[in-house]
Amino acid sequence: MNLLLIILLPLLGALLPPLAIRYGRSASAWTAAAITLAALLFALGPLVAVFGGAPQEVHWTWLPQAGLDIHLRLDGLAALFVLLILGIGLLVILYARYYLAERDPMGRFYGLLLLFMGAMLGVALSNHLLQLLVFWELTSLSSFLLISYWHHRSDARRGARMALAITGAGGLAMLAGFMLLGHIVGSYQISVILNAGDLIRAHPLYAPMLLLVLLGAFTKSAQFPFHFWLPHAMAAPTPVSAYLHSATMVKAGVFLLARLYPALSGTELWFFLVGGVGLATLLFAAYNALFQHDLKGLLAYSTISHLGLITLLFGIGTPLAAVAGVFHIINHATFKASLFMAAGIIDHETGTRDMRLINGMWKYMPHTATLAMVAAAAMAGVPLLNGFLSKEMFFAETLHLSALGAFSWVLPAAATLAGIFAVAYSARFIHDVFFNGEPIDLPKFPPHEPPRHMKVPVEILVALCLLVGILPAITVAPLLAVAAGAVLNGPLPDYSLAIWHGFNTPFIMSLVALAGGIALYTQRHKLFALHDRVFPGVDARALFWEFITWLMDTAHAMTRALENGSLQRYAALLLLTAVAAIAWPFLNSTAPIAGPVPAAPIDALTLLGALVMMAAAVVTTVWQRQRLTAVIALSVVGLVVSLTFVRWSAPDLALTQLSVEVVTIVLLLLALYFLPQRATVDSSNLRRGQDLLLATGVGGGVGLITWAMLTRPYTTIANYFVENSLPGGGGANVVNVILVDFRGFDTLGEITVLAIAAIGIFALLDNLRLEMPATDDGGRPWSSERYPLVLSQLTRFLLPLALLVSVYLFLRGHNAPGGGFIAGLVTAVALILQYMASGIDWTQQRWRLQYHPIIAAGVLIAAATGAGSWLYDRPFLTSAFGHFHLPLAGEFELATAMLFDLGVYLTVVGVVMLILANLGKLTQRSAGEGGT
Amino acid sequence: MEALAALTLAVLVTCGVYLVLRARTYPVVLGLSLLSYAVNLFLFFTGRLVTGAPPLAGAATPTADPLPQALVLTAIVIGFGMTAFVVILALRARGELGNDHVDGTGEKS
Repeated sequence: MNLLLIILLPLLGALLPPLAIRYGRSASAWTAAAITLAALLFALGPLVAVFGGAPQEVHWTWLPQAGLDIHLRLDGLAALFVLLILGIGLLVILYARYYLAERDPMGRFYGLLLLFMGAMLGVALSNHLLQLLVFWELTSLSSFLLISYWHHRSDARRGARMALAITGAGGLAMLAGFMLLGHIVGSYQISVILNAGDLIRAHPLYAPMLLLVLLGAFTKSAQFPFHFWLPHAMAAPTPVSAYLHSATMVKAGVFLLARLYPALSGTELWFFLVGGVGLATLLFAAYNALFQHDLKGLLAYSTISHLGLITLLFGIGTPLAAVAGVFHIINHATFKASLFMAAGIIDHETGTRDMRLINGMWKYMPHTATLAMVAAAAMAGVPLLNGFLSKEMFFAETLHLSALGAFSWVLPAAATLAGIFAVAYSARFIHDVFFNGEPIDLPKFPPHEPPRHMKVPVEILVALCLLVGILPAITVAPLLAVAAGAVLNGPLPDYSLAIWHGFNTPFIMSLVALAGGIALYTQRHKLFALHDRVFPGVDARALFWEFITWLMDTAHAMTRALENGSLQRYAALLLLTAVAAIAWPFLNSTAPIAGPVPAAPIDALTLLGALVMMAAAVVTTVWQRQRLTAVIALSVVGLVVSLTFVRWSAPDLALTQLSVEVVTIVLLLLALYFLPQRATVDSSNLRRGQDLLLATGVGGGVGLITWAMLTRPYTTIANYFVENSLPGGGGANVVNVILVDFRGFDTLGEITVLAIAAIGIFALLDNLRLEMPATDDGGRPWSSERYPLVLSQLTRFLLPLALLVSVYLFLRGHNAPGGGFIAGLVTAVALILQYMASGIDWTQQRWRLQYHPIIAAGVLIAAATGAGSWLYDRPFLTSAFGHFHLPLAGEFELATAMLFDLGVYLTVVGVVMLILANLGKLTQRSAGEGGT
Repeated sequence: MEALAALTLAVLVTCGVYLVLRARTYPVVLGLSLLSYAVNLFLFFTGRLVTGAPPLAGAATPTADPLPQALVLTAIVIGFGMTAFVVILALRARGELGNDHVDGTGEKS
């Protein structure tokens, strides 16, 4: 349970800092820090257990059929990351309190930071591949939001988009890889996968799976050639760079390498892919770091280079190399986070990050300078600092590699070369910034030391660099042992964390790197000139944007080719496809269309009804341009439809259809007022011929299917409903009992849809301006008698009667035709009649009801009725009923389903009235404005 | 009788589809209404043509199938909501774009 809380605390706590900002910036920061501390406290117990050698595991089943469960596991590797994420997170929160300017929205910053923290903890603790992927994507998203934190800056927006595009694409590839991996092993549970290494490596799908998973890891950890997003992500506020883009998120890629190391490593493909990419990244980025003039750019490339080093270590594949990789994850996180913070302080105090301008800072901020120099020395791998230890382990490992045969010298040489560059760029960070003469044209001058507490996080991290560097055995050793043990999923190799191993080859390599690096740095001006001449403006970013632009253009062109704005064309294509898809099996089948059921005889009345309906449909179509005639014909079709329902034993449907018919016609008449009065013939004869052909095809198909269906024997699946309607639902009208009881949840959904449609219509009508015709289509003025006396007087008498009918229909609905839907429609018709006969003003003076609350009340009553059954420990929408006896009135029945039906009733009344009354209002406003 | 029902549906659908394929909003609304009549009737007919036996529990003889009826009842009401939405959308489009075309030509009416 604690494991889940570790993740949930920051994820849910992300909501608090934006709220706490009302009580001041410090309150917001303290809230974020308190949440992190709480998570750390909850983590304490499980962490102690892990250090005692007992990994912690929790597991909740969710969809076991689909293999989707919630699995969390805290082992040594996860423990290392939990400590990094929470520990450095706490320091970054403290640092950011002083880093962010007054005008920066601090609540949003801490909210996003906590969101990221929760997501990253989720990645570390997941014991299920797909669950890990969800958290993985969440880190990409929160990283996107954090990079674009200063969203008024275009470089921040572009950097954020680039980061999201690259890591998001990698995440997709990884999803595919995870699916393959899950398919190979037959389980998505990571602890199962880790023990199935032999099975995985022998599987024919191993190579594509590995490639896809590595794509995800490499994009996330900014490995060559996907590295270029990271330097552009430096547009983020520096605390974000320190936290996400050096200590934690970019480590997710190497975390995944470490996590799946026992399952995936140990093949040649792994060695060459992971090792090769790691080596290329290590060298390429170390070289590039030296040529950055931006302080954070240097650190970004240095981060890429160190990530390459870690990747290379995991690629080498020996147990000792894996230990070194884990060790370097720890060391890099401490020194790089402190360097970023120091860079942020310098940026904060000088107003620029250009190292050609920032010089001689030693004089102005000696304290910060000391801290930054120690951290930079750790980055360079100077003895007595933590970077030295892991780098020497790395050098030692490159020497013991036999896989390359005669080319075994390549790896140590490349490692030394990378070391030389690392020393050179570290020297540049120290010398260029803190010494090298006087500052040039600083935006803020003179710079001074930052607030006291801003340096505390840097001091803590630098102290860790020193402690680990000098006393590794009593500081980092237990953490390293438990983390490396989890990575190897087996016994640890022998290694020694001593700072002095004698005057051996790795030590000589370190010395060569130090001397070579300093020599290289002294020649930097010549190198800068050479670099500018050889690689003028080779920029991965330009290529990336060119690609993105091409992609967008192609997508637009394809969309334009398909989508020309013509509904006619879409509908025709859709229907043509449907006809073809359904006609194909028909044509290929030898079975007769008509089934074995003998045809029932046709009676005269039914024949007449059918003929009237067909004729009315044809009239609607042929005289569609005579708009009023078309509406009348359409209503004839609707009326015959209700008669059809009567004819075939469906009184409920007939009542519903009849009342819907009335409101539909009122709606169409209102709409007609606003639509163009004269309709011209728009389509060519050819077009109309084509359309008629297509329409006949669809209609004929529907007719054939109907005929085939009706002539085939029938077995109902509704027996359960019929049998249980009275004993289970307490109602004799099975249709109504199905609606409000058996399938009540569906009905709840349907009235919700209605409510949403009404709200959508209300929004569409809001502020709608339409031209009003002054005369009818014959040029005659509208009748001067707006509200005919006879109609208005009659409707006033009719209203109570109509309402009484609707109450009657509502009450008897459970046992006889009627119910909430029908009663609601009848009520709405009665009310609409008042509007039509007496006008909106008259009606609203007497009927002061807002329709939005009625709709809301309806849906809420229905939902609450359903939820009420929870109080009695029954499933949602279980109904209860009972029979009661009243003197005089006799026996009557009450059912909770009736309450539900009341919700339906209110929703239907509210929806119909909201639509029609608001549409009607449009005519009134125009009448007032138009002066007619 | 079965053939007559099928023929009626065929005519309704043919008219409805032809109207849906017109270039202006009003015939499209008419066509959609005709189509929804047809679809509701089709769903209703899946319960077969039963005369004089409404689905009330406790009747001695077998009754009409209540299930398609329950489905169609809500479909009718939802159909009204949909028609209303399309109509208002057409009005809004006319208000915003100044015409009632749905064929993508968009000339001023």
